[in-house]
Amino acid sequence: MTGTSVLAIKYKDGIMMAGDTLSSYGSLARFRDTRRIVQAGDYTVVGATGEVSDYQHIKHLLEEVLIEEYYTEDGHKLGPRNIFEYLSRVMYNRRSNFNPLWNYLVVAGFKEGDKFLGYVDLRGTTYQASTIATGYGSMIAQPLLRKAVEGRENEVTEEEALKLLEDSMRILWYRDARAWDKIQVAKVTSEGVTISEPYKLTTDWTVGEYVKGYGA
Amino acid sequence: MFRNQYDSDITTWSPQGRLFQIEYATEAVKQGSAAVGLRSKTHAVLLALKRSSGELASYQKKLVKIDAHLGVAIAGLTSDARVLTTFMRTESMRSRLVFDRPIPVHRVVAAVGDKAQINTQRYGGRPYGVGLLVVGADDAGPHLYECNPNGTFYDYVAMSIGARSQSARTYLEKTYQGFADASLDDLIRHGLHALRDTLQQEKELTVLNTSIGIVGVGKPFEIVEGEELKRYLSLLDSTSNPAAPPAGSADAAMEDAPPAEGEPQVAVDTAAEERQAGDRMEE
Repeated sequence: MTGTSVLAIKYKDGIMMAGDTLSSYGSLARFRDTRRIVQAGDYTVVGATGEVSDYQHIKHLLEEVLIEEYYTEDGHKLGPRNIFEYLSRVMYNRRSNFNPLWNYLVVAGFKEGDKFLGYVDLRGTTYQASTIATGYGSMIAQPLLRKAVEGRENEVTEEEALKLLEDSMRILWYRDARAWDKIQVAKVTSEGVTISEPYKLTTDWTVGEYVKGYGA
Repeated sequence: MFRNQYDSDITTWSPQGRLFQIEYATEAVKQGSAAVGLRSKTHAVLLALKRSSGELASYQKKLVKIDAHLGVAIAGLTSDARVLTTFMRTESMRSRLVFDRPIPVHRVVAAVGDKAQINTQRYGGRPYGVGLLVVGADDAGPHLYECNPNGTFYDYVAMSIGARSQSARTYLEKTYQGFADASLDDLIRHGLHALRDTLQQEKELTVLNTSIGIVGVGKPFEIVEGEELKRYLSLLDSTSNPAAPPAGSADAAMEDAPPAEGEPQVAVDTAAEERQAGDRMEE
C-alpha cells in the first residue's frame, strides 16, 4: 500500500504542506480516505510518501519519543529540527541493516521564529530547502514551487501559499495516475499546527473535449 | 570482621530501616575536598579546592567538562567520578547525535540518578562513592544540581559538597538572596568566599589549589585554572580564611590531607561507632 506526492513550502508566516488521501495497491486506488500528514509535537508536521504501513510504524516511533518528552516535564519540547534529526537517524539505521523503511518523509515546522523544512528518504539521504516535493511531485510540482517561492520565503502570503499548493496538487491529480482529488493542507506558524480535514479539489475537465486520438 | 551485622550487603536492611553501605558512601563524599556551586539568572559557576598528595605531586583534577553547555565538580572517589562523567559525556553525545540538541541538564542528571540508584538495590555491587555538583545552561536557563550516591538529585540556587562544606553552605545561606541578579564576577566572588570558608586554618586559596568552572546562557562551559585565576582571586580581600574553626573541632576531623601513616582514619569509624552505640540504645 503506497501513498504518492507530498508538497511543502516555506512562506511568510511559517510553512505549509499538502498531500492527498489515497493509498494505492499498485495501480488500484484501494483506500481513498487515508491521512499521510501527522502532527509531531507542538511545532512540527511530518508528511510521508511511500509504504503506508512503514509510515504507520514511524508514527508509532514518534509517539513513543514524544510521550517520553512529555512526561519528563522539564520544560523542554522537541522542535522540527530535533524530530528531523531523529527521523534521519532512524531511516539511515534501517537502511544500514538492509531493511529500509520505504518512505520519503517531509519534516516541516516552525519554532521560536525558525522555519524548518527538511527531507529524508528510505536511504537516509537528507536535505533542507525552501520547497520540497516527493514522489511524482518532485518531477512535476517542484519546479512550480521553486519558481514561486525561492527568494520570496518571507513574502509569500498565506493565500498565495495555499493557492500554489492547491494548483500544484490539482496538476498532480491531472497527471499522476496514483494521485487523488481529496487533499489535506497543513500549516505551522507561530499560532501552532493546523491540519485541515480532507477536502475535494475543484477541477476543470472541459479541455477533455479537445483531446483527440485516445479512442474518444 | 564487621562492625555491624548489616554492613556487608548493600541490599540488607538494618532493623532501624537503614542501608549502611549507602551511608558509608555518603561519608566518602564528605571526605573529598570541597566544591561549591551557585547560579544567577544568566550564569552558573563551580568552584573547587584541589588537593595534592604531597609537595612533589600534582593537584587532583576537580572539575570535568562534559559538553559545551555542561560541567561537573566532584567530591569523593575520583575513579568513581570518572565512570559517571564518562557516562554523562556518552549521554550528551547521544542527545546531539539523535536529536541534534544539547542534552537538557535535568535529563543527564536524572540519568545519573537512575544509574546510582541501581547500585543501591542490586546485591553484589556498591554505591558510587562520589558526589557531583552539575552546572549547565539550556533553553530553560542556567542550572545547578547536586547528585548523591543514594540516587537522589536536587536543584539548587547554591550548594556545596565535600570536606568542611558546611561552612560554605553557612556562607551561601547568608548571601544567596543576591545571587539571582548578581554579575558573573560577583557570583564568582561569592563562590570564592564560600570556598575559602572550607579551608583549614593557615591555608589559603592559590592559583594552584583553586579551580573555577563557568557556564552561562550562550557562554560555553570553561574551566579557569592557573595564572588566569589571579584576576578572580584578587576579587577577595584576603585569600585565607579569617573565621576558620580551630583545629580539633568536629568539622576538622575530616582532614583535607590524607592521614599520616599510623594515624587511624577516624572519620568513617567514629560515625559508624556512634551509630552502633545509637543502635544499641534503641534496642
